[in-house]
This record gives sequence, C-alpha cells and structure tokens, in this order.
Amino acid sequence: MSAITRYCRIHNRTLYNQGQPVFTQAEGTLDDFLDAALQALSIPYPKFYKMDRASKLGFLGAEMLVKDAPLLSRYAPEQVALVLANAHASLDTDIRYYESTKTLASPALFVYTLANIVGGEICIRQGIKGENAFFVTPAFDPDLLHTYVELVMATDKTQACMAGWVDVLGDQHDVFLYLLEKQQPAGMPEHTAEQLRKLYQ
Amino acid sequence: MEQLMADLKKQIIEALNLKHLKPEDIGDDQPLFVEGLGLDSIDALELIVLLQQHYNIKLANPQDGPQIFKSVKTIAEYIRANQPS
Repeated sequence: MSAITRYCRIHNRTLYNQGQPVFTQAEGTLDDFLDAALQALSIPYPKFYKMDRASKLGFLGAEMLVKDAPLLSRYAPEQVALVLANAHASLDTDIRYYESTKTLASPALFVYTLANIVGGEICIRQGIKGENAFFVTPAFDPDLLHTYVELVMATDKTQACMAGWVDVLGDQHDVFLYLLEKQQPAGMPEHTAEQLRKLYQ
Repeated sequence: MEQLMADLKKQIIEALNLKHLKPEDIGDDQPLFVEGLGLDSIDALELIVLLQQHYNIKLANPQDGPQIFKSVKTIAEYIRANQPS
C-alpha cells in the first residue's frame, strides 16, 4: 500500500510545507513573490528566473517535497512518476506570448506555451524519468488524481509518484503537490481521494 | 564602444532574465554560451530579437549567429558595423 509521505501548498502568496507556512510575501507582484520564495528556500538555480509562472510554482512545490530527502537518493530516475493537473493549462503564458507578438514574438515565452512544460522543468531539476501525465480539468479533482496515480503506482516499475495541482492565471495561483511512496515509514496518510481533498483544503 | 557594451550587458540581463547577474559580472570577452554564461539556443533567439528591438538590426544570415554572439564585444562590433545610420 502506498502512502503520502510529503505534501505542500502554495496559495495566497504563501508557501506551506507539511501544512506549516514557511514563506510569505504579500507586497509586490506574483513574480516578485516567486523569485523571493526561491531565495527563501536557498536554492541556487539561475534557470528558475527564465521559467514562466506555472513552472516556477511547480518547481518551488517540488523543491519543498524533496528538500530534506532527494528522490534520487532512494530511487532510480525511471522509478519516479509525475502526474499533474490544472484548470488553465498554459493560458497565463499564452496571453503573455500573444501580447509579445504585437511587437516581436518572444521565443523565451513561446517555449512555455504548453501546460506540461511545468512537468518538464520539475523532471529536469529532480532527475525524474518515469511515467508522466498532465490533466486539464475545470477544478481540483481529487477523484481523478487518486484514480490515475493509483494506476501508475500499480506498475512494478513505479516506486514513487509526485502528483498534484499547479494552476495560475494572472495573480491567481494555487498549488497542491504531494509525494506518494510504496515504501514509507508507518503512520503516513493513506492515498485516498478523501485524504487529498482534506490536504488540499 | 565602452558605452555600447555597458548598454548591451544591461539589455542582455533584462531580455534573458539573468536576474542572478549584474552587468559587471559579464566580461567584455567572456563567452556567452556553454562554458561562459551558459546561454542556450532559446537565448540565442532572444538575442536576435534584442538586436532587432534595440538596434533595428535584422540578422541577414542566422548561421552567422555563433560568431556574432560569441561575446558582448563581438555583438557590439557587429552592431557598430551594421547599425542603420
């Protein structure tokens, strides 16, 4: 039986790790908050500044999940899966890219006009090479996440799965990520749709 | 030439989101790609856009890019030689 070993949230310009606020910054723009959050987590990763907002949010969430225990210290790259979902796909960046086309189209924005790029950025950073999927649904859907992640975890190959919700449009942002592992210490929350609903709230 | 290179460094940092760098961190002759600043192919496209936006220069032959974008100095020399009067 797999269990949820880590979870995090990012909303209202606050990072929450295991339910506890670890960084908040209300003033400035969302971009200011995201860049300041990287500094707060003491992560030297210059490519972060080139990412779009969805990728930055996913990157920060993933970092919180593995900060104290890097995934590849326990698993082969192919044993870790990634399943993400959101409501607005890459619309936040699509709009910014469209604005740039009115003068000179930005290649750096164009490369982020796909929803699953956030998954790519997380995989590059964390060294994940397992199964991956990205769903677009009207709202956070714990039943869908639970069902699909359980299917992925049912394979012999997958030993762990990073999963959750990474959504952004304009200033509105909402992240819930969790790490599911087959081998885990006793007493960890069971992976059920109800548990996901509870941790997301 | 010095002023042009100073302007270029600020514009490169801005256009390529190199927020971890200050203009003085970029040497005039420092390679911009791979072993230098570590820029990639998307950054190269942004540099082409930068030349067009700030200096009204369209790269006639994109294959010249690696030579032109070797360093801040080579970009400045290309601008000097090709900027419309």
